[in-house]
Amino acid sequence: MATIIKDKANVTLTENGLFPSSEVMLDLKNLKKVYPTPKGDYVVLEDLNLQIKKEEFVTIIGHSGCGKTTMLSMIAGLNPISGGNISVLSKHIKGPGPDRGVIFQAPSLMPWMTALQNVLLGVNQVFPDATKKQRNDIAKYYLQKVGLEDSFNKRASDLSQGMQQRVGIARAFAIKPKVLLLDEPFGMLDSLTRGELQDILIEIWNKEKITAVMITHDVDEAIFLADRVVMMTSGPKAKIGDVLNIDFERPRTRKSVLEHDDYYKYRKHLIDFLEH
Amino acid sequence: MKQSITLGKVTKFMGLGFLSTLKDLFTGKLEKEDFINFLRKVVVPLASVLLFIGLWHMGSQSLYNIEAEFKIEKALNDQGPAAAEAMRECIASGDVSCKPNTLPSPAQVWDSYKSLLRDHNIISADKAAFIEKTAALNEKRIAEGKDAITYTGRPSFVDQIFRSLKTVFAGFLLALVIAVPLGIFIGLSPTLKSSFNWFIQIFKPVSPVVWYLLVFMIVKTLLIDSNEDSSFTISFISVGLCSMWATLVNTAMGVSSVDKDYINVAKVLKLGPFQKIFKVVLPSSLPLIFTGLKITLSVAWMVLIAIELLAQSPGLGLFVWEEFQNGANDSNAKIIVAMFVIGIIGFLLDRLMLTIQNWVSFDKTDAI
Repeated sequence: MATIIKDKANVTLTENGLFPSSEVMLDLKNLKKVYPTPKGDYVVLEDLNLQIKKEEFVTIIGHSGCGKTTMLSMIAGLNPISGGNISVLSKHIKGPGPDRGVIFQAPSLMPWMTALQNVLLGVNQVFPDATKKQRNDIAKYYLQKVGLEDSFNKRASDLSQGMQQRVGIARAFAIKPKVLLLDEPFGMLDSLTRGELQDILIEIWNKEKITAVMITHDVDEAIFLADRVVMMTSGPKAKIGDVLNIDFERPRTRKSVLEHDDYYKYRKHLIDFLEH
Repeated sequence: MKQSITLGKVTKFMGLGFLSTLKDLFTGKLEKEDFINFLRKVVVPLASVLLFIGLWHMGSQSLYNIEAEFKIEKALNDQGPAAAEAMRECIASGDVSCKPNTLPSPAQVWDSYKSLLRDHNIISADKAAFIEKTAALNEKRIAEGKDAITYTGRPSFVDQIFRSLKTVFAGFLLALVIAVPLGIFIGLSPTLKSSFNWFIQIFKPVSPVVWYLLVFMIVKTLLIDSNEDSSFTISFISVGLCSMWATLVNTAMGVSSVDKDYINVAKVLKLGPFQKIFKVVLPSSLPLIFTGLKITLSVAWMVLIAIELLAQSPGLGLFVWEEFQNGANDSNAKIIVAMFVIGIIGFLLDRLMLTIQNWVSFDKTDAI
């Protein structure tokens, strides 16, 4: 399967089919991941190439165990790279850092801290020169954005799963990362809460326009949120199988997306890929 | 949001929920459906206590009879029927000289308890009088740069309880100060863990008696010039060394098994080592650290008795040993009193730790 990158109106591709480097936020080149096992090396990812533009929202879809999460944690710097490289704004990454915010599948809040303290944990780290009040204001602003203005001082352990993940979203945006990495952030939520949080996520994202890479299992979620949906082949030796541009206008509403003529075309494309 | 603190909440917090049920009974707030609950939580435990006392009474009675029969039999064989008859009368009269010496009955233990309290009142009155009498003199002596005269009389049973508590808390603090930081370092570093592991495995099972002897060897030499009584120092260090292992192992385990998600968050946010330890690692391992401290305190209290006995350090352990050596009429009953006091204080210490644990820990699941 060849990689299809459609020419979007505002971007011209270079001769070799790549985006010009000034447009690129995140660049994965010949990425490889190998886990040594007693029976020899297990190659999870091989020759994986992916460019993600500034202010782009990319969702990644693929079968369970294909290496999506491995790839994301490599971008986050939490998992060492076996071959190739990852760069953010043309700079190779070395380990984890707050320029790449992560929203994990489990909310991963410190349960002994309040919602505000959890967000402040990151804010204090990223803005050490700001005054205490400024840092508090940043944390409170994002907690308000995710609809938690009444729960600043509630302990994380007293919040519901959905509310915890809202704090997770606030924490990730509050450190103003260059890239936002989302590892199936709504996978553990019921479908009602999931819809609510998708709306909240896209609302903040519309405002902040932080380059985002999100893993999901949910075809509708992938289409609703993304500018491009990246489909990964099944492992071992997983790579990019196909890329689908989603040309809906932003800001989007769920209703307008569902009523769009192209919606079912996109959906069929993704499902066909996953079933073959 | 402010929560009103009720007796019910406080007692439940301390794991003493049955107290609030009792209070409800007396204030008439008890609903009919709570009655079964009341039966289960108050009546049944109370009945089992009574049953225990009954069995104890019968057991001590039959032991008493065995001992009495044996004494009479012996008198008969050694000195003939007249002596046996005299012995029988003597035992029946309850005279101290020929009383069978065996497991005391609950009533005897209760009497001993009261006599120990009376004894305490006499001694503390004596002590107060002594202090009053010497107050003026002592002031003068201190002004002249001499040592004050202190009361050197026999300690009462209650004094010995406090002395034991002092020793156990000193030992516990020593264990805390050594084991928690060491546990954190071992838990954080796999290298330290592998280098300390054999050390922990070998020293953990060592008996309190051996620890005492080891500490004795060292402290005796270190304090060779000092005229002060080293028994307290030796006993609290031994208690600390015996009891610190549970905290050491639990702290190391808690620190090394912090949820990987939290560690990832710390990595992504690039927290420094200090922040990582104090904001992430320690709070998340607090429940396990406290489990360790709880075990440490109960072990400390348990070994204390044996160590006080060996070290001749005043306290409940020495009290028990002296009563046993003494062999007086009511010695056995006093030993049983000490046994109950030791048990009840151990229970209260455990509740104290549980209360502190509930207070500081984020994990609100009921610890036992």
